[in-house]
Amino acid sequence: MKASAGGYARAESVGHALDLLAGSDGQGRVLAGGQSLIAAMNMRLSFGDLLVDISKLSELSGVVVEGDTLRIGALTRHAQVGADPLAKTHAPLLTDAVSHIAHAAIRNRGTIGGALAHADPAAEFPACALALGSTIHAEGPGGARDIPAEDFFEDVFTTALNEDEILTAISLPVAEEDEVQILEEVARRSGDYALVGLCLVKRTAGHRVSLFSVGPKPILAVGAMAALDAGDLDTALDALSAEIDPPSDTQASAAYRRHLAGVLLSRAVARLKGDTA
Amino acid sequence: MTIPFNNPDRPNSYIGKTVPRPNASKLVQGRGRYVDDIVLPRMLHVAFSRAPVAHAKIGKIDVDEAKAVKGVLRVFTGKDLAEVCTPWVAVLAHLKGLKSPPEHPLAVDRACWVGEPVVAVVATTRAAAEEAASLVMVDYEDLPVVTDTMTALDKDTPVIHPELGDNLAFRRLHEEGDVDAVFETAHKVVSASFRTARHTGVTLEPRSILVDWNPAEGQMTAYHATQAPHMMQTVFAKHLDIPESRVRVICGDVGGSYGIKVHVYPDEVATAAIAKVMGRPIKFIADRLESYTTDIHARDHEIEAKIAVDADGKILAMDVDDWTGIGPYSVYPRTSAIEGNQVVNLCGGPYDFANYRAQTTVVFQNKTPTCQYRAVGHPIAVAITEGLVDMAAAAIGMDPVEIRRRNMYADDAYPVTSPAKMKFEGLSHHASMDKLMEMMDYDALRAGQAEARKKGKYRGIGIASFIELTNPSPFMYGIGGARISAQDGCTVRMDPDGSVVALSGVTEQGQGTEAMLSQVVAEGVGVKPTNVRVITGDTQVTPYGGGTWASRGAGIGGEAALQAAKALRNSILEVAAAMLQADAGKLDIRDGQVVDMDSGEERMPLEELGRIVYFRGDTLPKDLPRELVQTRHFITMEYPFAFTNGVQASYLEVDTDTGVVTLLKHWCIEDCGRVINPQLVDEQIRGGIVQGLGGALYEEIHYDEDGQLLNGSMADYLVPMAAEMPDMQVGHVETPTKESELGAKGAGEAGTAGAPAAVMNAINDALRPLGAQVTEMPFTPERILRALGKIND
Repeated sequence: MKASAGGYARAESVGHALDLLAGSDGQGRVLAGGQSLIAAMNMRLSFGDLLVDISKLSELSGVVVEGDTLRIGALTRHAQVGADPLAKTHAPLLTDAVSHIAHAAIRNRGTIGGALAHADPAAEFPACALALGSTIHAEGPGGARDIPAEDFFEDVFTTALNEDEILTAISLPVAEEDEVQILEEVARRSGDYALVGLCLVKRTAGHRVSLFSVGPKPILAVGAMAALDAGDLDTALDALSAEIDPPSDTQASAAYRRHLAGVLLSRAVARLKGDTA
Repeated sequence: MTIPFNNPDRPNSYIGKTVPRPNASKLVQGRGRYVDDIVLPRMLHVAFSRAPVAHAKIGKIDVDEAKAVKGVLRVFTGKDLAEVCTPWVAVLAHLKGLKSPPEHPLAVDRACWVGEPVVAVVATTRAAAEEAASLVMVDYEDLPVVTDTMTALDKDTPVIHPELGDNLAFRRLHEEGDVDAVFETAHKVVSASFRTARHTGVTLEPRSILVDWNPAEGQMTAYHATQAPHMMQTVFAKHLDIPESRVRVICGDVGGSYGIKVHVYPDEVATAAIAKVMGRPIKFIADRLESYTTDIHARDHEIEAKIAVDADGKILAMDVDDWTGIGPYSVYPRTSAIEGNQVVNLCGGPYDFANYRAQTTVVFQNKTPTCQYRAVGHPIAVAITEGLVDMAAAAIGMDPVEIRRRNMYADDAYPVTSPAKMKFEGLSHHASMDKLMEMMDYDALRAGQAEARKKGKYRGIGIASFIELTNPSPFMYGIGGARISAQDGCTVRMDPDGSVVALSGVTEQGQGTEAMLSQVVAEGVGVKPTNVRVITGDTQVTPYGGGTWASRGAGIGGEAALQAAKALRNSILEVAAAMLQADAGKLDIRDGQVVDMDSGEERMPLEELGRIVYFRGDTLPKDLPRELVQTRHFITMEYPFAFTNGVQASYLEVDTDTGVVTLLKHWCIEDCGRVINPQLVDEQIRGGIVQGLGGALYEEIHYDEDGQLLNGSMADYLVPMAAEMPDMQVGHVETPTKESELGAKGAGEAGTAGAPAAVMNAINDALRPLGAQVTEMPFTPERILRALGKIND
């Protein structure tokens, strides 16, 4: 199908982009890597959008360490995240995640900010952001604001971001020396959206477990986390099963996804203990 | 002169060697010419408003808003096109009882599946046509929807086409021997239900057509991505009331067909009809969603089957009850009864047994029509047969290879006729199995499997023997009244520079037909393959032929090319003999040079002969024939089909916690007779295997109970991709057919025929210690875990 865009403008700066959005009468859509938006437009699932292209705003790209925080610009491409030495040292979960995201051509264009703002419940980065206790940075007409990842994801493709705001960066605490970050997922084919995915982070403060593709948004499995803190995997598995409400679709039933979530948690915990089986 | 194929050092020995494909660099450099690359003056685009519901009466159609879109020139309804295009009925006389209602290019009174074209919008761009198509308002009055195959004939199921009386399109029962008596007394009877999912072919290039009607010449030219240009010529001529001689179908580069592009599609006929009405070139290129809802589907079968064996593992009887739902229409002109018919013909194929019963029941339903797709019926028949054979082996505690060895036709048994009444000229099941055992090192693999199991890994080995139907005679379609040619021709000519041009009725779909033809002609004439230009896919230029389907290109088209090339060689030598005052029988042509047969001494380059013939013909004797253009045709006469055979094996691991299958290795030994180009044949086999692995593990079209297609995109309909594919080792046994000098049989569908069964048997081999078994394809992780009883709903 042929896309039907309502208009297109290339932003010269974040401020310019915000002006364009403000003037779009609610039709504005931020275009970054375009790996979800353009596909949706080409299927006419989205039409009449006024595209605000922020892809040339180099100030939104790149990875830096500021004190004990790792900050990744919204326009940093998946492939850049995957190859970035700072990310590998301080947030290996993200490095791991990149190898599961789609295919090379998509990773070369898709951006981390786009993935977070799109909030696909089956995507890796939103769940990673939850597991790592990240902060999402946004700018709007009223200035900048920080949103904890736990408050950011609200529903399918829905976030706490306002229509007139742009996601500018994500920051997260750098990994502690003994911190372990593990990502497990099952997909039908390499590069497909996961049937179920799970992130497990173990740091001094305790375990953090997030899941994707188990409901309308990525979730933090707080019950399972508490049980793992108490050293009780069986209780964690029961808790996990109770706190997810996975969907059924043509790829897998809810019951299968629920089973898989348990398998992935068991496997992640086994890896935590150094057991590679 | 006959070609000494057994001597690989013979002159011009291109047949049997991997010769580079003449069109490879063109395609790799993006210089191919597909239909969508062609732009004609005054060309317009057509897009279709398609039925959003599976079964509905068509009421008022409001096209005012659509017509108002900038760039829109005309809008056509089904009634409009019915005035210029006659409907078609897809039945064949030899498929007794097959029925189907008339089908129009655009639905007239009723829409019968989601995606059926209802209104056509013509505009200056595809975007405008699409925009307008989305604004066409059609009043659909819902009618009862039939989606389930097995209940389609139940009394309380609505009848889709009341004028046909019921939802039964076709039924065929074949019975040989006393099946019931054998099952009553047999040592062991094993039964199972099988299911193969609804697939579609997912060609890289979607269906594409550009039709130009020139009223001044009264000629229609269709640039068409098709497998059968001459068949389409007849179809357009017949239904648009044009003399056949005034329809020209040109088929340039085609981006994969797999059987998808050998059928008549209503939107393509509508495109031709509109071109004729408007007198302007009209282009239609399907997008991917249209491909999923309107390309033919296939393989949607449900089967109950059983096998009886004696204590020694000898097969005593097979009984197969096959059901398939084909959508609301049998597809023109090959019909949608062939796949079920093939299941009846092919079950039990490799095995020498006496008592056989098979019935296929083909029903209508409100889904996309199904028809012939690569390896038509074979993957189903092979899964049934090989699944049962493995289950029987397990039931009597016999190795799966051993039970096959005890039942396969002996390699010296031919010719034989199978219990399904298929005639086999010469097959090599035992030699193929021996070669497979050696190639895969079966015993070592079994030992490795046992070792892995000790470590908690569930690995499986699956074997699948198969037969493949190739080189069809008129018994496939022509006997039933279809104007589908089983013969094919080739014209070969030498030009003044000594180069050779070959025009063939078989077509190139990206599989290498032109490479095959170039090397056959090169050897037949005595020139290098690079000096042969091959032209295919133009009904006004090439000899009349069937095109590409049922693995016939090499076996039929190749033989015609060989005979034409040899005839040209003789013509050239006749002229050369006169020029050189030599005996033609003592001359030969090698690498473009006329040489002395015995010494190999060069006597004259072909370009010198060309110069004389074409520019100084006055210097040759007056009565000397100088016919440097020769045409030959070929048709098989002795056997309805040239069957091939082979055996595949799969080695895989099942993750019994997640249900995920990892393919570790795949092997295929097959016998397509003379191998013309080993690399092309091997890659055909590999590509076919991949398509079969897709059916085994990934591909499945889903509908809901209202007949809505649920997965019409590449993200949701999973095709096999490189990362999941195992290493594939391919080997050959060569039993040439004696029907032709070339001896080639088809190789295009063997991979697809056997791969799903091999994978099924390997998964079940892995699961057997856990007491689980799967028979419903694709073998998704969930289906495997359910078989293991690990999912609590």
